[in-house]
Amino acid sequence: MATAADKRSDRPVGPAGLLFRPEVRQLVYQVLLLLALALVVWWVASNVAANLRRQNIASGFDFLSRTSGFDVSQSLIDYSNASSYGRAFWVGLLNTLLVAGLGIAFATLIGFMVGIARLSPNWLIARLASAYVEIVRNVPLLLQLFFWYFAVLKNLPSPRQSYVLPGGGFFNVRGLYLPAPLPQPGFGAVVLAFGLGIAAAVGLWMWARRRQRLTGRPFPVLRVALALVLGLPLIAFVATGAPLAFEHPVLRGFNFQGGLVILPELMALLLGLSIYTASFIAEIVRAGIEGVPKGQREAALALGLSNGQTLRLVVIPQALRIIIPPLTSQYLNLTKNSSLGVAIGYPDFVSVFTGTVLNQTGQAVEVILITMGVFLTLSLLTSLFMNWFNRHMALVER
Amino acid sequence: MIRLVPTAIATAGALIAMTAGAVAQSKTLDAVKQRGQLSCGVNVGLAGFSAADDKGNWTGLDVDYCKAIAAAVLGDAKKVKYVPTTTKERFTALQSGELDVLARNTTWTIQRDSAQGLSFVGVNYYDGQGFIVKKAAGAKTGKDLGGATVCVQTGTTTELNLADFFKASKLQYKPLVFEKADEALRAYQADRCDAYTTDVSGLYSVRLQMAKPDDHLVLPDVISKEPLGPAVRQGDSQWFTIVRWVHFALLNAEELGVTQANVDQMAASTNADIKRLLGKQDEFGKGLGLDNEWAYRIIKQVGNYGDIFDRNVGAGSRIKIDRGLNRLWTKGGLQYAPPIR
Amino acid sequence: MARDIRPAAMPPPLTVTGPVAWVRQNLFSSPLNGFLTLLGAWIAYEVLANVVNWAFLNATWQGEDGSACTREGAGACWPFVQAKFGQFMYGRYPDGERWRVDLTYALAIAGLAPLLIPRVPGKLWAAIYLAGIFPLIAVVLLLGDVPGLSYVPTQLWGGLLVTLVVSSAGIAWAFPIGIILALGRRSQMPIVRMVSVGFIEFVRGVPLITVLFMASVMLPLFLPENVSIDKLLRALIMVALFSAAYLAEVIRGGLQAIPRGQFEAADALGLSYAQKMGLIILPQALKLVIPGIVNTFIGLFKDTSLVLIIGIFDLLGIVQLGLADQKWISPATPITGYVFAGIVFWIFCFSISRYSQMIERRLAAGGQRTTTKPLGE
Repeated sequence: MATAADKRSDRPVGPAGLLFRPEVRQLVYQVLLLLALALVVWWVASNVAANLRRQNIASGFDFLSRTSGFDVSQSLIDYSNASSYGRAFWVGLLNTLLVAGLGIAFATLIGFMVGIARLSPNWLIARLASAYVEIVRNVPLLLQLFFWYFAVLKNLPSPRQSYVLPGGGFFNVRGLYLPAPLPQPGFGAVVLAFGLGIAAAVGLWMWARRRQRLTGRPFPVLRVALALVLGLPLIAFVATGAPLAFEHPVLRGFNFQGGLVILPELMALLLGLSIYTASFIAEIVRAGIEGVPKGQREAALALGLSNGQTLRLVVIPQALRIIIPPLTSQYLNLTKNSSLGVAIGYPDFVSVFTGTVLNQTGQAVEVILITMGVFLTLSLLTSLFMNWFNRHMALVER
Repeated sequence: MIRLVPTAIATAGALIAMTAGAVAQSKTLDAVKQRGQLSCGVNVGLAGFSAADDKGNWTGLDVDYCKAIAAAVLGDAKKVKYVPTTTKERFTALQSGELDVLARNTTWTIQRDSAQGLSFVGVNYYDGQGFIVKKAAGAKTGKDLGGATVCVQTGTTTELNLADFFKASKLQYKPLVFEKADEALRAYQADRCDAYTTDVSGLYSVRLQMAKPDDHLVLPDVISKEPLGPAVRQGDSQWFTIVRWVHFALLNAEELGVTQANVDQMAASTNADIKRLLGKQDEFGKGLGLDNEWAYRIIKQVGNYGDIFDRNVGAGSRIKIDRGLNRLWTKGGLQYAPPIR
Repeated sequence: MARDIRPAAMPPPLTVTGPVAWVRQNLFSSPLNGFLTLLGAWIAYEVLANVVNWAFLNATWQGEDGSACTREGAGACWPFVQAKFGQFMYGRYPDGERWRVDLTYALAIAGLAPLLIPRVPGKLWAAIYLAGIFPLIAVVLLLGDVPGLSYVPTQLWGGLLVTLVVSSAGIAWAFPIGIILALGRRSQMPIVRMVSVGFIEFVRGVPLITVLFMASVMLPLFLPENVSIDKLLRALIMVALFSAAYLAEVIRGGLQAIPRGQFEAADALGLSYAQKMGLIILPQALKLVIPGIVNTFIGLFKDTSLVLIIGIFDLLGIVQLGLADQKWISPATPITGYVFAGIVFWIFCFSISRYSQMIERRLAAGGQRTTTKPLGE
């Protein structure tokens, strides 16, 4: 392309010839584009300003510190109708993060299982898995959410006829009520033991890897590590005299009071999000595994690795490198899709902030701006993390 | 007038409907006349106030206010473009000029009058917020609702009153917030909530639509004042005055006994009040920027306030709400209009 | 006379090639596999039995209202779908005018058929018709307000009609915008590139429903006070801009896959930028990314269901509205409504994706031939 440019710049440079030079033309285009953009922005901004001024609508961000005056059905932090709009912002954001985090975990789990099942030599299992994928991913998510919420979960019994779960839990149309653990004095020791267990497991894993690299002798890391992580706290728990009480939910008046509640809105949203996203993840996983050359698998089997070892040590690490980039965009989609909770009454960010707060304050411009900012930040953070993870995985290549 | 500019850019049907709307100061009237149609914001669906049947015909108390304004301004009650709005969009739609008037069971509050750029012209329905519960649950008053889950529609004064009520009564509760009234109601019917809260008028209409109305109870508590009324944009005082006097004309007509049925006989009346109302004496229409028959047309085509109330929400309707506070002041209610003189 | 006394070859034993062998190999190759097969068979049986029971054996087929579907253990409430079918398909479009919608569909199919079915000739004419003439006809037919056709405002449109209008117009508008954005992102001009990247990444970073909220709540504030845009059109513009960003990324992938030599050869021939892109690069790049474009379209088709959140009644919206009808309240109604909507969406999405796989195979086969022919010639 440089040659074309050189050739042209040899032409006589006159006022008309100037326009034929690519650099000049590009400059003109860009200046025009900038001007056009600036014009549009100025036009929109002046319209907004004029509209707001003429109609005497409040503006600015000081509404965030005013009292909200409304309640929210699920909050991870202390919140009441005496809290500020700013606090309501955090309540909504945390609820979104909660459902996105749990959704990602479940979707990944189901997605990997189904993806591997699609490649299973077992004819029936493979067919079932592909039926799942083809049905679920061709139906809109919002419809699936409505289905789970209005059609399935609504058929649960009323609180008085709840299903009783072993261990003092209840399951009814108002949600899943579980005993809430209440740590008593001395519980710190158990937490400490748990921390120690994790640290010991990590140390063990590093030591075993070094030994295997040096001597070739493997060590059953997983079993010992599990024993450490679970066993140490258990010993501490018993030794300190079981310092954990449970607050059991009790049916009082209309509803169960106390205990830990998982709202049906959260359940429906989680079900919908993870089942829907899992169907896409399954396809990504399948493509990833199929993308690993057959020779790799055959070589591993020829070396005498078992089927499980082949999958775990040879196929999956290589497949992951193909899987992770598209997986990232599925995680982003899930996070964005969690905003559909607004349609089934889950108090997520869009429902609490872009819904109720926008309505009560009437400050559409500010609220929508903040909403966009929040989602862009979430996207950016997820991308950054997954890119880091991707680089980390790529390093496995020696 | 509606300018339809079919600009097909690529494929299947779509079009730009550019509505020449209001232009600042006293221009709403000109815009409406020029367009030949009144753009009226109504509820997407609330039986008795504004609801469309399967054919897209709108009926209801708020809808009749749209018709009355159209009759006064354009001479024909049918020249209305109904714009169904959600709770979320209603104010921006009015502010932006998409609507000429918002007649959408909207509560008049200081926040909306001061910070959201609206001007309420009056109160066409005095309402209050209440609860509906299932009889089987055993609650008799609002004080029995401790620990209850309450379904409510988002973006309403209802949501705030609810919080205030439980706070004042020192009771625990859980709100469950939905985008649409329909969805909140379905959640209540599926027993997801113990109570559903909205304006009492709405509760009665909701109860009557249920499969077994007798299983449900509207609690006696009215926990808030909900003066509902039509609103216009701030900054067009002439338009504001017109819409306000359409409302007053409806009330005056009822007070003077002028109904849709007898308006033509009444036109021959010698009663000076009636003559002024129907434009047989003095020229009040001119001051509004209308002709002198404006109120006559309203009553002829739509009826008086009593007719409208009775037909849509009162004894003549399926909902059968008692007029209560909405009786004329002469009959012990709150509806009172300044005289036409 | 000598006779060939060799016996005819025996078929291999059943345990190696027959159904028994197939079952052994594919279903019971190991104890674990055997267990999985039994588990799968049980799940499949449970699901199928329940579906058949619900949809057919226990279903209600006749009734005037919801009470017909309230008996204990009732399955699907089909009379509900039957009673509301017209609404589900056309929304509140006036009864007497529905032929206009059907005619529009027929005209669309007449244009699409030559394009989609490889063997039918006249592709160029069909494309010109679809891109230029059909949209005008469709607008006039659906909206009316011309002599002979009464005016049907968009508020009355609904159901499958709105779903199809939003998704097809959305993708058609998104296409040119997407191409411009993709070219912009690969432009040598830094400002053009920055603007394109900014737009694409912004749109891809936020959920569609916040964009739709913006259209319904904020757009009126962006415009001068005497201008307002039809609500359906507003949603359409937003859907188009939204999918344009996703399409741009798909097309960019195609552009990146074109060998450098193609660009250089075009430059060497002295072609202008428009000629180079329009005649050399884009035809190749777009062909490469047909599957990606189709996937974007399927996503868009499903996403049209979100317009119900801003009060436009697409197929899902109108089903949801029908479920609020007190006349049809019964425990079975919601499931029936959602299953019906789900089946309609599924049929569309599934057939489109199958079609795209077929095209993909054809293209892959075409690529192996020595002379590449244009698609479907």
